[in-house]
Amino acid sequence: MRQDTKMDAETGGNSALVSPPESPSSPAGAGLRASGVEHSFDELRVIDGIDLELAAHGVLGLVGPSGCGKSTLLELISGLREPDAGTIAVGGAGKSEERLRRCAFMPQRDLLLPWYSALDNAALALRNQGEGKAAARRRATALFERFGLGGFEGSAPAELSGGMRQRVAFLRTLLAGKPLLALDEPFAALDAITRGQMQEWLAGALREDPRTVVLVTHDVEEALYLCDRVAILSARPARIVAELRGPNPRADDRDAAVTDPAFVAAREKALRSLREGTRTNRVVP
Amino acid sequence: MPLQGTTRWKRWLYPALLLAALVGLWQVLADSGALADVFGVESFLVPSPSEIASALWDNRSLLVENGWVTLREILLGFGCALVAGLTFAVCLHLSETLRIAFYPLLVGSQAIPILVFAPVLIVLFGYGIGPKLAIVAIICFFPITVTALDGLRSVEPGAVSMMRTLDASRWQIFRRVEAPTALPGAFSGAKVAVAVAVIAVVFAEWSGSSSGGLGWLVFQYNSNLRTAEVFAAAFVLALMSMALFGLVALAERLVITWR
Repeated sequence: MRQDTKMDAETGGNSALVSPPESPSSPAGAGLRASGVEHSFDELRVIDGIDLELAAHGVLGLVGPSGCGKSTLLELISGLREPDAGTIAVGGAGKSEERLRRCAFMPQRDLLLPWYSALDNAALALRNQGEGKAAARRRATALFERFGLGGFEGSAPAELSGGMRQRVAFLRTLLAGKPLLALDEPFAALDAITRGQMQEWLAGALREDPRTVVLVTHDVEEALYLCDRVAILSARPARIVAELRGPNPRADDRDAAVTDPAFVAAREKALRSLREGTRTNRVVP
Repeated sequence: MPLQGTTRWKRWLYPALLLAALVGLWQVLADSGALADVFGVESFLVPSPSEIASALWDNRSLLVENGWVTLREILLGFGCALVAGLTFAVCLHLSETLRIAFYPLLVGSQAIPILVFAPVLIVLFGYGIGPKLAIVAIICFFPITVTALDGLRSVEPGAVSMMRTLDASRWQIFRRVEAPTALPGAFSGAKVAVAVAVIAVVFAEWSGSSSGGLGWLVFQYNSNLRTAEVFAAAFVLALMSMALFGLVALAERLVITWR
């Protein structure tokens, strides 16, 4: 089954690519290594033999058609589920509880809790970890300013715009202090313009505070702009059909980056792989 | 906002005017004898509003005294149901085995007319306030338990996953996500429960072991055909029901500040 996996020419058929070198400034780095991961829900095969390798502070994109099992893969990586077969290790730790301690999960919908203020939502992980209310709020407040949320600390989530809600949700994920961030279509619910702004903002945030990131998205452009490497998944059951990279990940000027001819070519290639991956599995179930 | 101000006083004035008109019509029909002649409702069956008003005034100390007995039974019974119902809902939420075993029985138990068991309850709880509390509590228990359980079950699975990766313990997930999610439902259940508690307490007081309370008083008046007094006691019960409902609604507004 894995033999017919189409590899992008650029990667030379290597399923595991080299990620940017680990930044020595942040000690909390943790890489990801997954091999032969399979998962089914009852009779339904969702993940069909996936290998991933990502160095600490690398950003990996998982792109695939809707319902292909990307979110399940993300849940497996973050330790929310245990795979039926294969191994997943985050920072060398393979047990699901250990992965859970090393990963922070950001769901597609912001899921801010309406009974807490924006600040208390951001500080949720700190409170869970046993930090006092005042101390947790102090730490979150410092980041509010930096992430352009200053002045909205006391606001109810419903009073924030979609982009601001996603920023609070990202802050909540970041403040958990985990080395690996599992982002599940974080900007899918936003309009195109806000989505672009948020991608640029996330790129900046990751430059300032590098983490290992696995980003699930169905937006090829988003993946190529934000990620060092992008794995294209087939329709369910998910396999990796191609791996490729954008020419200039997380560039300062997103608009310039995504209109660059090399970027456009990579996007076309990604879309082609995506289409093929969808077709392959439809004909051969 | 002037519009909002207008609608606010209208919300009080309009029902008040309607009620006054209906009571006025009732009074006119009773005074003119139309109630008896046209509708065949004799005055010993339905008194006029003024008769009820004077019955209220003449029996005020008796009504207050028995009203207090009834109120205490409602509050204690409702309180027991609240504690037991919420605890039970949490247990069923936490244990799938318990939920699968108990849920159908819980729903089925609603089909049992509780008064059939009044003698059993009297044997179990004696002749004092016990059986009455039991009847009120059993009747209040169901809406509280079911709404709280449904509320707990309505938590988004994604929110629980998110909390797990944010290092939340089971207790923290309950306290920070599940309990607040369930609160609005639980309050709706409490409002239904407190409204039926008033009906339940009347039945409980009729069921044999009483020597006081508004329900018992209604029973006594009824057997002596003192209908004005029956209506007066029913009026006090209705006021009590509305006041209790209002109190729960007020508590809901104070607790659930995020809606």
